[in-house]
Amino acid sequence: MHELSVCQALIAQVEAVAVQHGATAVRSIRICVGPLSGVDPDLLQRSYPLVRAGTVADAAVLVIERLPIRVRCERCGLESEATPNRLICTHCGDWHTRLLSGDEMLLASVELEANDNRHVPTVWA
Amino acid sequence: MCDTCGCNITPGNGHLVASGGKLSRTADGKAAVTILRSLLDENDLQARHNREHFDQHGVLAVNLMSSPGSGKTALLEATIDSLRNELRVAVIEGDLETENDAQRVRAKGVPAVQITTGSACHLDAHMVHDALHHLPLDGIDIVFIENVGNLVCPASFDLGHHRNVTLLSVTEGDDKPAKYPVMFRAADLMLLTKIDLLAVLDDFDPQRAEAALRNLASEAPSIRLSARSHMGLETWTTWLRQELHAQRQRLAQHNSARPAIQPDGRLMHHGTTSLVHSKYVFSRAKP
Ligand SMILES: Nc1nc2c(ncn2[C@@H]2O[C@H](COP(=O)(O)OP(=O)(O)OP(=O)(O)O)[C@@H](O)[C@H]2O)c(=O)[nH]1
Ligand SMILES: [Mg+2]
Ligand SMILES: [Zn+2]
Ligand SMILES: [Zn+2]
Ligand SMILES: [Zn+2]
Repeated sequence: MHELSVCQALIAQVEAVAVQHGATAVRSIRICVGPLSGVDPDLLQRSYPLVRAGTVADAAVLVIERLPIRVRCERCGLESEATPNRLICTHCGDWHTRLLSGDEMLLASVELEANDNRHVPTVWA
Repeated sequence: MCDTCGCNITPGNGHLVASGGKLSRTADGKAAVTILRSLLDENDLQARHNREHFDQHGVLAVNLMSSPGSGKTALLEATIDSLRNELRVAVIEGDLETENDAQRVRAKGVPAVQITTGSACHLDAHMVHDALHHLPLDGIDIVFIENVGNLVCPASFDLGHHRNVTLLSVTEGDDKPAKYPVMFRAADLMLLTKIDLLAVLDDFDPQRAEAALRNLASEAPSIRLSARSHMGLETWTTWLRQELHAQRQRLAQHNSARPAIQPDGRLMHHGTTSLVHSKYVFSRAKP
């Protein structure tokens, strides 16, 4: 339900990155979203065009990587893929598991364009 | 911050950014800026600041979440009555509109600040910050934050509180934890409320609700209670006393607590950002 405001936060972060690297435009934005993050990727994708309009990301493609839910069992130590409402171990059935991934809501990377139309170099986190 | 210390990289997603990993290059091989920062970063920072406020005053902050009408305000009224001679309580109320809930709490003689969010379906750390500067935190033991009635969005926003309590009333169906896993996973405690109505509702099985919570790998305890008949209320106030005691002990050792978010999630989800906070208004408690 709050995907529009999450999208605004995303664009604000992207704008800051573009300024930081002296970019004139953003080509693409890649985010990672897990099913347990509380944001819906489709709603995010739909609110995106409204939010990017008139910003440095005006023409940027939004790529949403959907991460799987993975848990590690505290009893048998094995990892399993899980679903949002069944985070139990698929090997031994125990519910004492730790989430390894699936609740992410991350800005992963941004592809930028510089003035002379060359891509700015990769910057590592 | 996160983009330099790498604290967003966890065992679960580290492979994505390892050299040559999926995210180091765009599909066409062009260079990209790798960021890996929670989209909710800004809210996180504010939440951390709020937690410092609470901690400086030795206050335990408890966030109450549920669908609309599950009995959050009724629970607060009953709790205030039963702790009256023992603990000092203050309340931050969140609703889309009206001052009703803050008035109900003030009628019990307790300071309350009402946040009306307009159209925002959850509280965020900025709203709570503004509100808590209008609460007399000195001499307060527990601040309850009654979130907007909504089983979806409030779960994503760290407010700077210490504990999440999720209410599920027996009229809502015992499969709610399975239907709203993000919300129930965030609970440090699940309260099954309006338990006095169980007699007339033959299809709500508290054990089924608790089993659905375990399927979310949650160890959160569950308490069955009724704000109407006061059944189970003592178990709830005991939990509050224990949490307050534990929090004070942590503070003595310069630690604090964060609400239930599993360890790896905690690395990334210090909080969230909402840009809608410019639209809300809040009113202060009458002196
Ligand atoms: N039978 C019964 N009714 C209750 C109980 N607790 C609350 N109610 C009723 O449920 C209705 C909603 O209660 P509230 O306390 O206003 O619920 P809320 O969660 O604060 O609602 P919102 O703030 O609007 O989300 C009221 O009519 C209450 O009288 C209870 O323990 N038993
Ligand atoms: Mg209420
Ligand atoms: Zn929301
Ligand atoms: Zn196992
Ligand atoms: Zn402050």
